[in-house]
Amino acid sequence: MALTIDTSTEQKTLTQTALLKIWVPWMGYNMNRRRGSSVPQFCNSPTMLVMVGLPARGKTYISKKLTRYLNWIGVPTKMFNVGQYRREAVQIYKNFEFFKPDNEEAMRIRKACAAAALKDVAAYFTREKGQVAVFDATNTTRERRAVIISFAKERGYKVFFVESICDDPDIIAENIKQVKFGSPDYMDRDTDEAMQDFIQRIECYKATYVPIDDEKDRNLSYIKIFNVGSRYLVNRVQDHIQSRIVYYLMNIHVTPRSIYLSRHGESELNLLGRIGGDSGLSPRGQKYANALATFIKSQKISDLKVWTSHMKRTIQTAEAVGIQYEQWKALNEIDAGVCEELTYEEIQENFPEEFALRDQDKYRYRYPKGESYEDLVHRLEPVIMELERQENVLVVCHQAVMRCLLAYFLDKPADELPYLRCPLHTVLKLTPVAYGCKVEPCFLNIEAVNTHRERPVNVDVDRDPEDALLTVPDHI
Amino acid sequence: MPRELTQNRIQKIWMSSKGDRPAVPRRGGGPHLANPPTVIVMVGLPARGKTYMSKKLTRYLNWIGMPTKVFNVGEYRREAVKNYSSYDFFKPDNENALKIRQQCALAALRDVKSYLTDEGGQVAVFDATNTTRERREMILHFGSENGFKIFFIESVCDDPSVIASNIMEVKVSCPDYQDCNKTDAMLDFQKRIECYKASYQPLDPDQYDRDLSFIKVIDVGRRFLANRIQDHIQSKIVYYLMNIHVQPRAIYLCRHGESTDNLQGRLGGDAGLSPRGKKFAAALARFVEEQQLKDLKVWTSQLCRSIQTAEDLGVPYEQWKALNEIDAGVCEEMTYDEVKEKFPEEFDLRDQDKYYYRYPAGESYQDLVQRVEPVIMELERQENVLVVCHQAVMRCLLAYFLDKSADEMPYLKCPLHTVLKLTPVAYGCKVESISLNVEAVNTHRDRPEEVKKGPGTLLRRNSVTPLTSPESNIKKPRIDDLDDASIQEVPASGLCSPAHLALAGQNLRRSSAGRHDVLQPCQ
Repeated sequence: MALTIDTSTEQKTLTQTALLKIWVPWMGYNMNRRRGSSVPQFCNSPTMLVMVGLPARGKTYISKKLTRYLNWIGVPTKMFNVGQYRREAVQIYKNFEFFKPDNEEAMRIRKACAAAALKDVAAYFTREKGQVAVFDATNTTRERRAVIISFAKERGYKVFFVESICDDPDIIAENIKQVKFGSPDYMDRDTDEAMQDFIQRIECYKATYVPIDDEKDRNLSYIKIFNVGSRYLVNRVQDHIQSRIVYYLMNIHVTPRSIYLSRHGESELNLLGRIGGDSGLSPRGQKYANALATFIKSQKISDLKVWTSHMKRTIQTAEAVGIQYEQWKALNEIDAGVCEELTYEEIQENFPEEFALRDQDKYRYRYPKGESYEDLVHRLEPVIMELERQENVLVVCHQAVMRCLLAYFLDKPADELPYLRCPLHTVLKLTPVAYGCKVEPCFLNIEAVNTHRERPVNVDVDRDPEDALLTVPDHI
Repeated sequence: MPRELTQNRIQKIWMSSKGDRPAVPRRGGGPHLANPPTVIVMVGLPARGKTYMSKKLTRYLNWIGMPTKVFNVGEYRREAVKNYSSYDFFKPDNENALKIRQQCALAALRDVKSYLTDEGGQVAVFDATNTTRERREMILHFGSENGFKIFFIESVCDDPSVIASNIMEVKVSCPDYQDCNKTDAMLDFQKRIECYKASYQPLDPDQYDRDLSFIKVIDVGRRFLANRIQDHIQSKIVYYLMNIHVQPRAIYLCRHGESTDNLQGRLGGDAGLSPRGKKFAAALARFVEEQQLKDLKVWTSQLCRSIQTAEDLGVPYEQWKALNEIDAGVCEEMTYDEVKEKFPEEFDLRDQDKYYYRYPAGESYQDLVQRVEPVIMELERQENVLVVCHQAVMRCLLAYFLDKSADEMPYLKCPLHTVLKLTPVAYGCKVESISLNVEAVNTHRDRPEEVKKGPGTLLRRNSVTPLTSPESNIKKPRIDDLDDASIQEVPASGLCSPAHLALAGQNLRRSSAGRHDVLQPCQ
């Protein structure tokens, strides 16, 4: 059972929760206030992130990316795209005339859509315990923004505006190509027609666009992003989460590039089915390292950065590639604490309850004297931030670490993260595209053991060993 | 061909043992952070917080391992012109003075160049008003000639109460005004500001300066304008500047109460409090109440002893895993004697270089700094905070606030049952040590007398080797061609080759007891 420190009768008894290994004054203590167990929660009032800007200025791109990042670091965030509400309401989009400022019928519908979205924002905060809502719409008039501000004020939500300003016609044309042609609005049009219509749509907004005013709006909290990040104006950051958001926005870019994720080559401990440790490569692992070098050369990547962990097996792998590499301790494999270097069979034998708890909630489960996936995510956040700043990078890391990074790029939720497939000897090439990330797995044709353990059906602490070990992959 | 790797003995970092293939630049822990060197150029009228930001930024950058130094042109001027008479010196038509001021700036730039090219510096903070385009052009030219990146930090503030408060806080007591009373000093200084105002050309993001990299800090951080952030270090600088504030507040650092492991002399572990430790927790609660703080945040680690200590306070607290004690790896829960017996070599290595030394399968102080950095960032954002942590962690935090080097950090005294109250004041931090009068064991191990320095290579990791912000102007500016005979020529005393740089094969030069500046003048 949970460890109990029985102090004297005057003192409170602390117990350590079984799964998270957090010391609490008594079992059942309400820790719900805080989600992340590694880091204090800094969001007290819910926050609305309100996008502002003409169409094709990257608002949805920023909204989606920010939502993905905040969710990954453990801040429950959801995006509300008013355009989608409009598409629901007006099943068929005819042309830009819908957006003309004098189209009263359309105006009514658009206002109603915004109101419906706001209603859903409120529901998200109150019923679904959300922390951040990203309100993705043009919000280009003072009037519309005033509505949002008063909505938030009534309910005690904080508001932070993100305005994207861009007048570079090339960037705008590129944006339109990347994401608008594929939108449901333009499904049956040819690209020229779509481009013309969209440009007219933008003109409809331009007439009434009033950017956030640095004088009149000086008491609002906002960031203005100019020309895809060449300049930022930040006003009145109120709290931790807004500061993190600003930092993130200032580090992301849209320059095309690729991120290559790979594990180290097969290690000696992998062969024996042992977890953790700091062993070197097996012969097949070394073969992989050489194959990786060949693969990288074939990709003809300009200016590739290579990152490894501090563990021997990743460094040995990177050495073969022959490019300068940086070692990050933050990329070290998850610390399995007392279970380091054990096989799953040994864990089952020595710590059957721990083994079961891990299967119950693999994301939050912390090894005794070790880490959880949740801890890993917090450890990896600076790596993600730097990955966002960089261009072409090859990251040679470990299974659990790679799952965390992959979950960030592919927007996988916490319950899927620990079960993402990251086999040995396979490079994943990630390329940002439109609103997301394209993944290309490249198996380099060197055999290796399988280290992926699926969640068994029976996760009960009283289960039989056979049930527990059912999904353990083969090893020596 | 399998690559042979060896793990260096102190830091436990794997490196290729083949000398022939130096494909690896020996930098662990983080990316190339500031290659080429960066000159941060402060811009703004007097009393806008330039020196405050310069010093604070320098302290932060040094703590995270980025060798940084401030070059304050005012100090060069005070050396050149021994006695400050009045604001007349700063009048725009005072040609003689203008010449001297120009020479001072040039001398400072020469020292910047020397610091960045020959002394292992990565960032130089050029602290002066730099209010004219002409002056900034000169600096930009200097930067491009030498391959330095230039990043401007402009502080703009028109709030008269903020300015008056700044003047009172740091100007009236400065050497220029040592023989003046406060009122006269205030008046003179305000006239000094007027001298600059006429020729002040703020950075212009829309036209003239749109291609420069800079941040404008407006009204003490209410608003920021960041233009063309080029790289990682500029991004971190911007983030840091956006998180600091000048609200008066106090930070209380203490360790958990004495634990049962402490009583046995055991390292690490996750034990609970001893009876005396519990007494301390109760005393801490009384102490906190006496302080009558508004809105105190309490932070603990996730280890039992720290949480038990905070529980008694009766206020909500937040648990940070990042505040956990240093991981002693295979030595966890051993006594020092047991470590000496089981791992004698490790025991010696740790004494050789306690900052860089990483326990096998554990951590080093260097790792701790990286781990604890988000805590520092959040401490900067907060106001009154009590941090209940552990010995090594507290040493890291203290080193940040008190600008202590990597060398000193592992030997800072952080005894049990003692609260350190840190209050920001002027350009630094006031420390009050408050013992709560509950007996406890002593867990402090002094630096051993005889430290045998091995020939081992030490890997300098950019991101985590705190250095004390170097003393400015250990040597005096070389100002040539001036008519005034009172200025003395001082021979350039080159600083030693940087002790903190660890290229393969170079030994770490160690200072003995006393002030442990990493850079020390050679005699």
